[in-house]
Amino acid sequence: MSPLLECVGITKRFPGTLALDDVRFELEPGEIHAVMGENGAGKSTLMKILSGVFTADAGEIRFGGIPVTPASPREALMLGIAIVHQELSLIPTLTVAENIFPSRLPTNALGMVRYNELFRQAQEVLEKLNVDVNPRATVETLSIANQQLVEITKALSSNCKVLILDEPTSTLTDHETNTLLDFLRRLAAEGVGIVYISHKLKEIFQLADRVTVLRDGKYVGMRVVNEITPDDVIRMMVGRELGNIYPPKGQEVGPSLLEVRNLRMPDSQTHNSFQLYQGEILGFAGLIGSGRSELARAIFGLDARAEREILLNGYPIKIASPRDAIAQGLGYLPEDRKAAGLFLEMSIKLNIEAPIIHEVSSGMFVSPAKERELARQYVRQLNISTPSIEQEVRRLSGGNQQKTLVAKWLAIKPKILIVDEPTRGIDVGAKKEIHFLLRSLAESGVGIIMISSELLEILGMSDRILVMHEGAIVAEYSAEDATEENIIRAASSHKGE
Amino acid sequence: METTTPISEIPLKSSLSSFFSFLVRLLRMREAALVILIIAIGLALQIITGRFFTTPNLNAISLGFATSAIIVIGMTMALVSGGFDLSVGSVFAMGGVVTAIALRADFPIPIAILCGAGAGVVAGLINGLLITKIQINPFITTLGMMGIARGVSLAVTEGTVIAGLPSQFYIFGQGRTLDIPNLILIALFMILVGDILMRRSALFRQIYYVGGNDEAARLSGINVDRVKIAVFTMSGLLAALAGVLSVSRFTVADPGAGVGEELRIIAACIIGGCTLRGGKGTVLGGLLGLIFVGFINNGMILLRVPVYWQQLSMGVVLLLAVGFDTVSQRWQMRPRGRKVG
Repeated sequence: MSPLLECVGITKRFPGTLALDDVRFELEPGEIHAVMGENGAGKSTLMKILSGVFTADAGEIRFGGIPVTPASPREALMLGIAIVHQELSLIPTLTVAENIFPSRLPTNALGMVRYNELFRQAQEVLEKLNVDVNPRATVETLSIANQQLVEITKALSSNCKVLILDEPTSTLTDHETNTLLDFLRRLAAEGVGIVYISHKLKEIFQLADRVTVLRDGKYVGMRVVNEITPDDVIRMMVGRELGNIYPPKGQEVGPSLLEVRNLRMPDSQTHNSFQLYQGEILGFAGLIGSGRSELARAIFGLDARAEREILLNGYPIKIASPRDAIAQGLGYLPEDRKAAGLFLEMSIKLNIEAPIIHEVSSGMFVSPAKERELARQYVRQLNISTPSIEQEVRRLSGGNQQKTLVAKWLAIKPKILIVDEPTRGIDVGAKKEIHFLLRSLAESGVGIIMISSELLEILGMSDRILVMHEGAIVAEYSAEDATEENIIRAASSHKGE
Repeated sequence: METTTPISEIPLKSSLSSFFSFLVRLLRMREAALVILIIAIGLALQIITGRFFTTPNLNAISLGFATSAIIVIGMTMALVSGGFDLSVGSVFAMGGVVTAIALRADFPIPIAILCGAGAGVVAGLINGLLITKIQINPFITTLGMMGIARGVSLAVTEGTVIAGLPSQFYIFGQGRTLDIPNLILIALFMILVGDILMRRSALFRQIYYVGGNDEAARLSGINVDRVKIAVFTMSGLLAALAGVLSVSRFTVADPGAGVGEELRIIAACIIGGCTLRGGKGTVLGGLLGLIFVGFINNGMILLRVPVYWQQLSMGVVLLLAVGFDTVSQRWQMRPRGRKVG
């Protein structure tokens, strides 16, 4: 008997990168098959090909033994392949029932929705799957976990045979996670094949039958979970060459620059404390949702409800808003440069001077000469490729946009710079430039906190590494001691060896 | 940065091509395009009617939109900050009514004007506080204030106009200095100050950042709430002042004045280059939008087109201006291509 779903030789090329290179994958009915790999390993691309978002450049997908090429998510759904993304696609103001049957509402002769029939059908589906949710409830009143169950119910209500889940537990509590895992086991017992993507080793070993590991877009291997240990999986995931693309590490660090004591987020019992030294690049590693960005935002005065003590050069300081933080010499480069970092429809010049308008002013008026001088200085220093400092930022490439954002923070002459995913989504050349720039900043005495989900970047750049897991700093490594293996182990909270 | 190599140098331009790019930049500026159109309409009307560029006609047109021009300043600020203010028409009436009541109660003229302005400040401040602290969106907040301010004006006057004000009060709206109506001088002065502040003042520059991306503005150390509150307060103040001047011009305070003014002003600002998304626009642009529509309407009067068609012209001009801008932007974006990755 052929497998339910079988892929061979899947290859996908994007401009500049080979995202998937001759990848294979198979799924039996009733199986839970985990797919693992570091960020950028190609998991998401593979799932997007399976669910019809992308089309493979080469290779074959066989569904029940028959070759298929789903050209759109709709086609994939008609075949019986459904995907539940990290971001839920429910409409929060409508009822559960309306969300489950968006395009198949039962209607009467006049085209009006027969709500009783709709709720009855929804109840039936929910009961069949053992989901304890009222079909008449509006989605926004449900917990995230229940919303996820509704999303899965929606996927399964269209007679789906393959269910793909992309990091479904990243926003769930432990208890909610267990409920979801139980639910998935029951589904599998009924014959649905489940593809489960997660960074959390613990879950994989609780749940999955088999695991396929990808690395740099290549197929590394497939194992039966019962026959291996978590360390085996970690070994399969790592082993990439660091190469010599990173700048040399700092020689020695100075005295303590920033000390954060007992940082506690609202709704959390964890107290985090750490030090940042002068001239140091301190890397923050961890899974998405492990609380790194929240920690950074709390330090920068963006979360009024967070409790913490901050000491700068040994003296306590008060940071109640980003304005205070900037006045103390802190800069914060946010994770999402388009939503939170840049003024996209404004010029490079206006972007760079945003935090220091008073410094390019004489009296109460902005001085055009000073503005131009400032912008030109940073365009030159950061090698921003643009025809003019008046260019709107949205017209720049991702790399040049990111450099503009870095320029904005350099312009405040920071003592401490917090960078959150500083090179996400930018080309290799710009990435390298930003890496060298961060290092030369550190050498000039600036303390840098770097959050990154890319392990190689953390290892290549950091003088010291802190690992976070579920809101807590769980491990610290010096540059010499840090390896991909022990960081992954700490980040997924697997205390091995 | 010894490891980097320049990807592209800023190209050296010949004087000819720099003149050409200057021309292109000029035409892409909404203000320049409007000035050209306004002059063209003026010349056309002069040729057809022979009495467009006469002092009485120009004075009549300018007086017609002098008070609106003052409201344009505040509306530009509101639009640039990413909001808008629907209450300006009602606050305009309320400012006039409050001042008139104060005058009838024998308050000195400066105090009476301050009372009217104060009413506008209170309305604007409430708008700003509701929008930032309670987070009601600007549409609903200012729609509510539109009703409240109109209701206050109608209630305190019981729906009747207030006349019989001291004659010295009329010098603002009816007096002349060097044979130019004072009202025009006041409006021009306020427009000039407003435009310079919005263009060049470091403090007002914050409004553009807030409208451009309020999260990025917050991260850049700008107190976003404070900026928005200040913007709506100024919009209320300016609308009320315009109302006071209008009473001075017409000698009566009418609680029904300024109905529909808010939409006319928003349309003028958008014709002048503001967007509903915020981050863009100038006071001068809004004034030019107002003049542009004013010229077209005046031309229709001179050409004896029935008055009913004037509303239509405003609508058509608004849609043409925004439509042209949207299409030309899309066209500009296309040949450059999207970034890779």
